[in-house]
Amino acid sequence: MSAGIGVDLQNLWIRFGDFVAVRDANVNINGGDFFSFLGPSGCGKTTILRAVSGFLEPSEGNVLIGGKDMKGIGPNKRPTALIFQNLALFPLMKVWENITFSMEIKGTSAVQRRKRADELLDMIALPGQGDKLPSELSGGQRQRVAIARALCAEPDVLLLDEPLSALDLKLRQHMRTELREIQQRVGITFIYITHDQGEALTMSDNIAVMRAGVIDQIADGKTIYNDPATAFAASFVGENNVFRGTVKRVSGSEVLIATGRSGDLAARISTANQGKLREGDEAMMFVRPEALSVATDGMSGDHCINVRVKHEEFEGNVFNIFTEDAGGKEIKVSLPNTGQSFQDHTGQTITLEYETRNAVAVPAGELAAE
Amino acid sequence: MPGFLKEFFNRNGTGMGLTILLLVLFWTIGLIILPQLSMLDFSFRPNLPPPEIGGPKDVYTLENYQYLVYGPEGGSQDYNSVDLRVFFRTLIAAVCVTIFNLILCYPIAYYLGQSKGNHIRIFAMMLIIPYWINEILRAFALRIIFGETGVLNTIFVGLGIWDTPFDFIRNDIALYAGLGYAYILLMIFPIYNVIESLDHNQIEAARDLGAPWWRIHWRVVIPYAKPGISSGCTMVFMLSAGALAAPQILGGPSSLWFTQLIYQQFNDNNDWPQGAAYAIVLLVTCILFVLAMMRLFKVNMGDIGK
Repeated sequence: MSAGIGVDLQNLWIRFGDFVAVRDANVNINGGDFFSFLGPSGCGKTTILRAVSGFLEPSEGNVLIGGKDMKGIGPNKRPTALIFQNLALFPLMKVWENITFSMEIKGTSAVQRRKRADELLDMIALPGQGDKLPSELSGGQRQRVAIARALCAEPDVLLLDEPLSALDLKLRQHMRTELREIQQRVGITFIYITHDQGEALTMSDNIAVMRAGVIDQIADGKTIYNDPATAFAASFVGENNVFRGTVKRVSGSEVLIATGRSGDLAARISTANQGKLREGDEAMMFVRPEALSVATDGMSGDHCINVRVKHEEFEGNVFNIFTEDAGGKEIKVSLPNTGQSFQDHTGQTITLEYETRNAVAVPAGELAAE
Repeated sequence: MPGFLKEFFNRNGTGMGLTILLLVLFWTIGLIILPQLSMLDFSFRPNLPPPEIGGPKDVYTLENYQYLVYGPEGGSQDYNSVDLRVFFRTLIAAVCVTIFNLILCYPIAYYLGQSKGNHIRIFAMMLIIPYWINEILRAFALRIIFGETGVLNTIFVGLGIWDTPFDFIRNDIALYAGLGYAYILLMIFPIYNVIESLDHNQIEAARDLGAPWWRIHWRVVIPYAKPGISSGCTMVFMLSAGALAAPQILGGPSSLWFTQLIYQQFNDNNDWPQGAAYAIVLLVTCILFVLAMMRLFKVNMGDIGK
């Protein structure tokens, strides 16, 4: 990875009147990283982006770009370019004028601008479309024009505010790959805002999970998925079965949680919470649907749960089996499609098992809204 | 029957449709087109005493138009320099009022259009409510401000900034202010309407790409607001060129407005054909000027209706 320009947020607070939109954010984004802020709407991720781009002055703390404090520097003087959620292409300018608007401001001649526009149009696979108006392009094409317009300004940091949310699913998945490719090619820092965990996981080098103005965890996608730091991170990223209980026994990095309805269950304490769970603490345990499997008859123990099969969903590569425990709480199990269906077991009681290392325990906390 | 008429009748029913259609036709034809056509007719006839109207002397003639250009027959001058000067000065002054109004109103309209919140409604009300007062009272109010012993002169002379009162009236400042103020709403609201629909992200995008404020306006906001600007300018120009009350009340003794000449012909000289000819010349010139400007700035006729 080339050594691009990094971004640091230091003790960043952003308040709107009494409302705290961002609470003490500390983030180091390495140069050349694809970094995502992931969180539900209203969690403050767009506010952070606006503080980095310069449209908003933080109430406290600093935004550093390439080690330089950006205080008092307006958005038109920062080495950032922002891609808006609605793209905000200029409707009355032709595509090539849109793309080279930043060069026009610097006084570059029309001939040179046109040349650069054609290069960028080639890069985004829209050759020869420069003389069209944005309204004559499709959604995905407009998307790419917005990227070209931002890249034309030769920013050190590209900021993207949920730019794919307006596209349909197929195109969105395609653009994920394309964005990642472009980022690798130009080698600059991308800061990406999204509420879509799929986007964040597939594209990012590192992800910050945000909840109500607070950053819960900063890590790469695998760590966030497999080793969440908080109950929110565990429940927001990917699907998870949650078990509430109190800590019965701690032994090293493992813990036994008394869940009541599902009995005592063993789990691994997530890395960020090592040493933080003590006997008697309220805790939550998370087991992914794909980490559960159906145990052989008669098996029992602290990694087994007795459930009743409710119904089954066929998703192609997996069977999703919806079950409920003794208290009626739903537990989802995803089994790889081996040709075997559980349809016949509806209403029957089966035993689910998991490996202790695949169950993560964190202190009890707020869960993501369904 | 053309399709749009059929649809119109289907939607409103025959009785209601017919009533609406007749009212609209009566309005456009009876109240606008026919009187104007009769004015056009007047303008080509000699000014005759009532008994001779319809008589052998009542023939079409160009003398009323010739009078504007050449003055009275056998006059001492080659051209009617007095009236022509008034005519052109009126047009130039109307252009100046329009430009002045645009410069004044564009920032207001931009501010109103791009800010959010209840205070916008209060601002708009503060702009509208003064227009409940009739035009003549407003003009006299400006006279009180600009007069020789008016508010401004009292203040500035009282403070010792000026030695003698400044004659705002004779210098036409009061007139320009009055005309400018009279049509401020007609400039603000069309521009406001368009700018209100401008996505604020576009302004931010331009700023983010490095544009200074003036370039954002030049490249993003003004092109977008062009239909509103042209609509506002057209109305302000037409109405200032045709204004009567403000020039009567606020104009200096030596600076006549062309409409005052028309008024004199109709009223003081009782010469309707001459007045009609002057009015027609003003109307046609204004229309041609507006069309030329629209061509120059590449504005479509449909944009004016926005």
